[in-house]
Amino acid sequence: MAVHRRAVLKTLAASGVAALAGAGKASARALRPAPPGAMGMLYDTTLCIGCKSCVVACKRANDREPDPGPFAERIYDAPLDLNGRTKNIIKLYRNGDEFSYVKQQCMHCLDPACAAACMLHSLQKDPVTGVVSYNPAYCVGCRYCQMSCPFNVAKFEFDKAAPKVVKCELCRHRVKDEPAKGADGFTRYPPGQGPACCEVCPRGAVIYGRRDELLAEAKRRIAASPGKYFQDRVYGEFDAGGTQVLYLSHVPFEAIGLPSLGQRPIPEVAYDVQEGIYYKVPFVAPVGLYAVLAFIAYRNRRAGSGETGGGDA
Amino acid sequence: MEKPVLERGTESIRGVDRREFIGLCTAAAAAVGLPASVGVRWAEAAAAGLKPSVVWLHFQECTGCTESLLRTSHPALAELILDLVSLDYHETLFAAAGHQAEENLRKTITDNAGKFVCVVEGAIPTKDNGIYCMIGGRTALDIVTEVAEKAAAIIAIGSCASWGGIPSADPNPTGAKGAPQVLPGKTVVTIPGCPANPYNFLGTVLQFVTYGTLPALDEKARPKFAYGRIIHEDCPRRPHFDAGRFAERFGDEGHRNGYCLYKLGCKGPTTHANCSLLHFGEVPGAWPIGIGHPCVGCTEQSVLWRMPIHATVEIDRPTPPDTYPPIHAPQGGVSAVAAGVAGVVGGALLGGAWMAAKKLGDGDEAKSPGRE
Repeated sequence: MAVHRRAVLKTLAASGVAALAGAGKASARALRPAPPGAMGMLYDTTLCIGCKSCVVACKRANDREPDPGPFAERIYDAPLDLNGRTKNIIKLYRNGDEFSYVKQQCMHCLDPACAAACMLHSLQKDPVTGVVSYNPAYCVGCRYCQMSCPFNVAKFEFDKAAPKVVKCELCRHRVKDEPAKGADGFTRYPPGQGPACCEVCPRGAVIYGRRDELLAEAKRRIAASPGKYFQDRVYGEFDAGGTQVLYLSHVPFEAIGLPSLGQRPIPEVAYDVQEGIYYKVPFVAPVGLYAVLAFIAYRNRRAGSGETGGGDA
Repeated sequence: MEKPVLERGTESIRGVDRREFIGLCTAAAAAVGLPASVGVRWAEAAAAGLKPSVVWLHFQECTGCTESLLRTSHPALAELILDLVSLDYHETLFAAAGHQAEENLRKTITDNAGKFVCVVEGAIPTKDNGIYCMIGGRTALDIVTEVAEKAAAIIAIGSCASWGGIPSADPNPTGAKGAPQVLPGKTVVTIPGCPANPYNFLGTVLQFVTYGTLPALDEKARPKFAYGRIIHEDCPRRPHFDAGRFAERFGDEGHRNGYCLYKLGCKGPTTHANCSLLHFGEVPGAWPIGIGHPCVGCTEQSVLWRMPIHATVEIDRPTPPDTYPPIHAPQGGVSAVAAGVAGVVGGALLGGAWMAAKKLGDGDEAKSPGRE
């Protein structure tokens, strides 16, 4: 009974204003576990030398146009941020003597907000590898994915007549064979089929493999040098419900653009609202809404015909 | 102690003893990128008198490629070439003249049919049946067709032989073409360059005479070992490019400091060649960019003699500069002027809508009495 009441309240609140921040916390929706063969990446700021090989390799592997960025002439590929031509970027954080490079690309969340926001399932999470993939066939270009992403990753080709959403898809178009466990303990695709950025990195600052293997590796690094990494923890293990791209950093995560998002998935609130409206008490919300509209229309019509009647008289 | 001078095929050749000669061959093999064992094989082949025959044809050219080949400064390399291959016909180098020379050519291609290497230097005129270049009463087109037919391998040295080069520049009065164009259906290895780097030529020809194979070629039949990458990728001035340090004018401070020559018209970003890695004639820095002049793109058909030397080229695959974007990308701000314009437009729309609504109302009122 209590559940019912709360759901109704939610429904009303949702149809009124979108002030529903508190409702999500109350629900106990199960966290989504990583898919069985979840592939991911592990980036370590202490190893990155900022050579941008990964940026160049990503452009080539994904056949993206160069972006001259702030330069007038088209002689550099110098994007200022991820954009419709850039799926992967190296940025620099500097604060006095403290500095760090950071690689930014899709985090491949365990419970992705973009896929939840996508009304036509153009963005979907692969049930096996967990790659958040994009299928332009269904995309209507609403860009809800762009708005919903907490990491500001999904981008839109604003300069094209038939634009698409652009985001890292872990080079899934290169994959042909099954991944196999190698001598180094990581499950990887044959050379040339894995993420291009990881394959070219000269320092192993970004590596790829199965998420559980990468998580174990990250924890091994932390255990080997306690105090070296910020908070001695792996960003992405639990953040925002968990991500398949994991980060180790020697500077605060916030400083390199990884926000504090808590441990609950981002789309949880949206799912609760939707479920509240459409599933927990089926039909009530739409029927109620149309009843109210019908009533207003009926009243207006009566008032209108009353006036006309007065004029005729 | 004086070295014994023995006859060829025994222990010494021209006063060089066997040990020295093998050392020389090995060093030469290394110079053109072949393994040391190849040098030993050359030495043995030369001693046994098994020298592959080479026929060198000259057409519309300046002989610059031959001249640069003669000036390979590696110790005794010119001599080595004369000893290692049997250069049976070469209009610049042979001692014979006139009918004797032409008889030499005929004999060579008949006796060594299917075994000799044909080297073409210079473009071949095709207009008016090719009468603009004739040797011994025959057109260049005739000669190259006949010789190439019997050759084991055909190598076009220099840009002229590769696609026509300078004789084919507009308006191309003689209809000059390169060897690949006049020999359709045949594999013609091209070693473009003006002149071509002699070591790229030597590497190719010596691989063929040693192994009987040609190096891996790109889509324009250029050996990939030499033309696989663009000048820009291996340029010693590349750090200046990445840092945005450019020479803006000849003689300015940037130019004197050795900055990137891109803005002076450097064709490095589109030119496939190994000039920066294998210096011309082994003289360090002896190439255009090394002496402060932009690359002119002599190995590219679409560049030299097709576009101005000091015009800048498009960069095929731009790469990041040595700067980094900040963590949070700068957001586009709204200027006061933009806000003002938006306000005026918005106000006009609102006003227009208001007036339209009012007129609509007036119309209704105006009509109402008429209906009654």
